[in-house]
Amino acid sequence: MSLFNFWKKEEDLFDENITIEETRFVVLDTETTGFDYDNDRILCIGALVLQNGVISVQDSFEVYIQQDHYDKSTAQIHGILKAFVVQRPSEKEALEQFLAFLGDSIIIAHHTVFDVTMINKALERNGDPELTNKRLDTAILYKKTLIQSHLFERKDHYTLDDLADKFDISKKDRHTALGDAYITAIAFLKIIKKLKEKKHVNLNSLFK
Amino acid sequence: MKNTISQRVADFLKNFPPFSFLHQKDLEKLSEQISIVYKDKDAVIFAENDKTHDSFYVVHKGAVALKKSPKNTVLDMCDEGDIFGLRPLLAQENYIMEAVAYEETILYAVPIAVFKPYALENRNVGNFLIESYASNTRNPYSDIHKDKLYGDDLLHENHHSERDSFDLQPIKYSKKIVTCSPSTTARDIAKIMTKNKVGAILIVDEMLPIGIITDKDLRNKIVTGDYSILTTAETIMTKPVITYPKKMTVTEAQMAMMKSNISYLCLTKDGTTNTKAVGILSKHDVMVALGNNPAVLIKALKRTKKAKEIKPIRARIMQLLQGYLDQNIPMTLISKIITELNEACITRVIEISLEKMSSPPPVKFAWLALGSQGRSEQMLHTDQDNAIVYENVSDVFKEETKIYFLKFATLVNKGLFEIGYDYCPAEMMASNPKWCMSLDEWKNQVHHWITNPGKNEVLLSFIFFDYSLTYGDAAITNELSDFIFENVKANPIFYVHLVSGALQSPSPTGFFRQFLVEQDGANKDHFDIKRRALMPLTDAARVLILSHSIKGISNTAERFEKLADLEPNNRELYLSCSYSFKALLKFRTKQGLLHNDSGQFIALETLSKMEKIKLKRTFKTIKELQELISVRFNVSNLV
Repeated sequence: MSLFNFWKKEEDLFDENITIEETRFVVLDTETTGFDYDNDRILCIGALVLQNGVISVQDSFEVYIQQDHYDKSTAQIHGILKAFVVQRPSEKEALEQFLAFLGDSIIIAHHTVFDVTMINKALERNGDPELTNKRLDTAILYKKTLIQSHLFERKDHYTLDDLADKFDISKKDRHTALGDAYITAIAFLKIIKKLKEKKHVNLNSLFK
Repeated sequence: MKNTISQRVADFLKNFPPFSFLHQKDLEKLSEQISIVYKDKDAVIFAENDKTHDSFYVVHKGAVALKKSPKNTVLDMCDEGDIFGLRPLLAQENYIMEAVAYEETILYAVPIAVFKPYALENRNVGNFLIESYASNTRNPYSDIHKDKLYGDDLLHENHHSERDSFDLQPIKYSKKIVTCSPSTTARDIAKIMTKNKVGAILIVDEMLPIGIITDKDLRNKIVTGDYSILTTAETIMTKPVITYPKKMTVTEAQMAMMKSNISYLCLTKDGTTNTKAVGILSKHDVMVALGNNPAVLIKALKRTKKAKEIKPIRARIMQLLQGYLDQNIPMTLISKIITELNEACITRVIEISLEKMSSPPPVKFAWLALGSQGRSEQMLHTDQDNAIVYENVSDVFKEETKIYFLKFATLVNKGLFEIGYDYCPAEMMASNPKWCMSLDEWKNQVHHWITNPGKNEVLLSFIFFDYSLTYGDAAITNELSDFIFENVKANPIFYVHLVSGALQSPSPTGFFRQFLVEQDGANKDHFDIKRRALMPLTDAARVLILSHSIKGISNTAERFEKLADLEPNNRELYLSCSYSFKALLKFRTKQGLLHNDSGQFIALETLSKMEKIKLKRTFKTIKELQELISVRFNVSNLV
């Protein structure tokens, strides 16, 4: 290790010349039977591609998954009934489709840890390796847009609803996987805009 | 593949022509092929002479300006639901205009290849497009709206109404004519007029107008006692009636009234008294037609029922502001009028929010504007800073009351956001529990700031001490103001902190008297006029005025004028401060209007030499003022 690396606090993940715009992001959200990583299951994965500030409707992903585990109490939130008649592939098939869609893109979600962990648990059950994609979280990025001061007591958690309110994004389709992914994508674009007003932003700085 | 987003797109498009003519199924199919495009403010969507894209665009959110060189004149402004960039696609030629995002915008890009079959197949869609070409408007249906240009329909005349020819447009008159026969008594006439809420009544004989009675006639002839209230109309009416044809321009109407010194014109079918009366035109109608005038705007505001309806009025206020600046009207006057109008907008938002609440407020409260708005210096759209103070309540109701006001404040904050005030990035807003408190809680808070002045406490008191009452109970704010003065008096050390805070604003010029510009971020190489020039003046004025215990003046320029009276020996400096402040504020406002932003950052290369000299002259005054306060409050002992 050279001496210079010692001074370099955090290493840059990406080539400096890659812009945020040209990067392919996959914005995703999952609807699950609950919040328990081990027992609960993914009912639906919704994802879309964001590149150059464009979301192509055709190029979006929405899959409802056949699951044996079901929790009535969360059905009130996502509204996915057990016998909901949509073509539903098995978990393994759905994951294969999803991985093909995702590729090596950077993942964006709101509270990304949750969605990614749920997906990783599912991958593990099906004997597949975990996701290695880079991740961004709009809940964390949003906080960077706010003024930092210990005097202002601010919330620890900003929900997707909070962001939708702040950025005036319609909350129609809230709690459908793809609907939430869409809100997250627009929120992400608006956060980048806010951050750019404050200082120079590139792909690397988003990960610091 | 049909999915949640394509449905969302279809749901939006179905409200606007030509998509509204499509069958639900076709629309859903079309929506699946659409791309959603995000454009930052000022981003170019396509430029003049660009090769056409493979899609045309529908504005989903925001606004897009269509411009044409050489002067970059805005030819059209596309709002939500409007289509643009379609004609060149069908005509297969390059773009003839430039499309720029006027604000942050989300577009739907519709591929022409997908759309074309529908245009050919569906006659309504085809007709719509043909009509758009023929009339050369984006939306031929907007013609219907254009007829009622004045008064009610504010949406369609913002931004780009042709000011020059405006006076020559036909006037809108009231078709509701109130009439009576010549034998009606004065008492009955008064009753009829009151009932119909009109200021004038026509006296008709066999449908033909023979005379007119106005409020003025009743006052001059009946109320004075000259005639009894049982006198018939015939005796007291003004005759003959001055009549005009119904096709009149605004200017003609104005001149007719001035010529005959009357406030009402009777319009008849052919313009003579020999035909039926068709309408009455009052001075008020003329005034409304004249458009952007503060009184008219206030009136339009009062009629709004939703925050969304206020937004176009705000756009007209900005036009008015531009007009005032162009005419070089004194800044003091401009800022008074504009502040008044802005406050009226905010008050209306508050009233609308109050109506939305399920019950009236449990106790009296005051809505405070903080920061620049509190100082009546806010002219452009900026962030919102506000707070609520409410009457003390017993412990039992404490929780309940707080919840009520927080809920209320959330509504107001959202409404203000809708009309163009951004959320405060520091969450210094009444919907934050820290800025929504009872009088006693506020007193504790202020006491804490004053007795423990750290850097942040001073900053907070800076923002808070410039409050002004926007809505609600004045007694509460008065009590709070008194409390602040008493506390500041008892804690003189607080001044020192205030002063040192005031001196911390970054300096406007460097060692070689060059402008200091920002080093980083989106505003790199721009001059920050707010932090480097306006704030030092504002901060100093606040400290000085507090030290004189002057209550109720929060405007910076006015504060300096008051100080000039109080301290005759420094009179000249203070007056020059007041002048500098106004000049700087005007500067900022002009810049803001030019770029459709807050005007805080100025690109120096766009300024003329003269403007730069003017700016620099104010810096000298700032420096002298800072020296004065640092000596007076003996800051060097502390820092």
